[in-house]
Amino acid sequence: MTSKSLRLICPNGHLGFAPSKRESFDLGAKTKPDFYCCDSGSSDIGPGPLGGDYSASPYEWQKHDLEMMLVAARNQGAPMIIGSAGDTGARSRVDLYVQIIKDLARKHKMAPFKLAYFYSDVPKEYLKNKFNQGEAIEGLDGRKELTLEKLEQTNRIVAVAGIHPYIKALEMGADVIIGGRSSDIAIFAAPAIKDGFPEGLSYYMGKTLECASFCAEPYGAKESIIGEITAEDVKVTAMSPYQSCTVASVAGHAMYERSNPYFEYVAGGMIDMTNCHYEQYDEKTCQVTGPVFVPVEGKIKVKLEGSGKVGERFVGIAGVRDPYTIKHIDKVLDWAREQVKERFGEEGYELYYNVYGKNGVMGKLEPLKESNCHELCIVCQGVAQTREMAEEVTMTGTRQIFYARLPEVKGTAGTAAFSFDEVLPASAAYKWTINHTVSVDDPMELFDLHLIDIKEEVS
Amino acid sequence: MKVVKLSDLAKTIRSKNAGTDKITFDIIFREKANYELVKNSGAISKEKIARLYGIEENRISDFVEFDPAYAIKYTIYREKPSGSPGDADIFGSQQYPPLLDVEIQVND
Repeated sequence: MTSKSLRLICPNGHLGFAPSKRESFDLGAKTKPDFYCCDSGSSDIGPGPLGGDYSASPYEWQKHDLEMMLVAARNQGAPMIIGSAGDTGARSRVDLYVQIIKDLARKHKMAPFKLAYFYSDVPKEYLKNKFNQGEAIEGLDGRKELTLEKLEQTNRIVAVAGIHPYIKALEMGADVIIGGRSSDIAIFAAPAIKDGFPEGLSYYMGKTLECASFCAEPYGAKESIIGEITAEDVKVTAMSPYQSCTVASVAGHAMYERSNPYFEYVAGGMIDMTNCHYEQYDEKTCQVTGPVFVPVEGKIKVKLEGSGKVGERFVGIAGVRDPYTIKHIDKVLDWAREQVKERFGEEGYELYYNVYGKNGVMGKLEPLKESNCHELCIVCQGVAQTREMAEEVTMTGTRQIFYARLPEVKGTAGTAAFSFDEVLPASAAYKWTINHTVSVDDPMELFDLHLIDIKEEVS
Repeated sequence: MKVVKLSDLAKTIRSKNAGTDKITFDIIFREKANYELVKNSGAISKEKIARLYGIEENRISDFVEFDPAYAIKYTIYREKPSGSPGDADIFGSQQYPPLLDVEIQVND
């Protein structure tokens, strides 16, 4: 270890998704942390942004957080690490963030610094070659092995980087790193592991810091947290005046968004948190000891995410107030589906109904089978290969709710209410086609790393 | 014996995506006593959860009692990946409410 401890600040659990809070960040920056780290990625936003190659977050919010961090980091001369640029970590998002960094350097007349960035995109050909070599692309979370058919349905694939490209970038002397798709844990673990701190504690620190103030209480997002690692422990401290990192909040966060609170998998191994011990260190700080890193046996497995387009999409909205119609809403929707089928046949489109007031939120998981509501809102989605067909499918599926034939309905002049008699164009529909792992000989083979001198670029 | 609702005993009851193919549920208690009470009541088990949500037990991928956080946690496979067309809860964040009214037997 080059020093006795290392301190990292994280201002936001998903950079750009909602702006970071300034006060707690300034309080943290004043303590001069050794690294400024933040992850910008999430699969929570659905498959659309990756498949369609756009961000889920507004440009201004992304720039706001990058500016806040870059100005503080460069003023102090501390490195800054951003993972999964622009929500998806795809190539175009990395390029977007690199450009923002260049623009900010010029705007603030910053002294020269080195910017590293890497791409995580995986060409389909790479995976086809794996198929040809007889290598299986294993499925995660109960998915089957990847097939050529699924691969062909995919528009864009990214690999989820572990610590490797970050450590390499730091070794090359990077002051600022913009990462493609990455494990959120890795961007915090990398600088600590590079400096020789224990892997178990380093990864654990990443796991705790990655969602910023979600590991503190009371609940409040987008506030800064500082993690400090030594050879023996990790301490996490809430920076906002109204929050603390407590045993309950930090231990509780270990399970957030993860299927199991004891084990966490990253490229290269698994973090075992079975023997984690939590102590209240001071009013705002929780101390953690005992996490262990178990390296993978054999080849390193890297997670892949892929999104494929299902089709163009329109949305229609209908209201129902008649109690008899509400009681028989399933029959009404069967009627509407039948009308779509008469026009378009069985295949070549998708038609969905979310019936709010009945089971619109939970669908089949809803335990309350009968609606007690006096009115329902029905959202109809039609998906097809062309916009024209998607519009017509959705129009038929929505308008036919109005014409449903129920034997005893009193209202024979329409069984639905429309706040507008049209259907609305929506973003194209995508789905997650790939949630798999690929085995690699070299953990860098999927990540294309670059280093540039910002002064030369600017002048 | 009296009956209380889980929402009266737990500090946090929540659901959220765990990756693209699963939704994970956390029931977190402030006091160890309430945690132990619910844990030992048998009211929250793989079998009970499957019945509550009307799913087969094999759709529950993990079921963990997590002592360090006084928490019971389970994870289910989604019917289809998050954000697929027709998915009504892209974050998986509104799948917990049936837990609120689960009844727990308590000694007077």
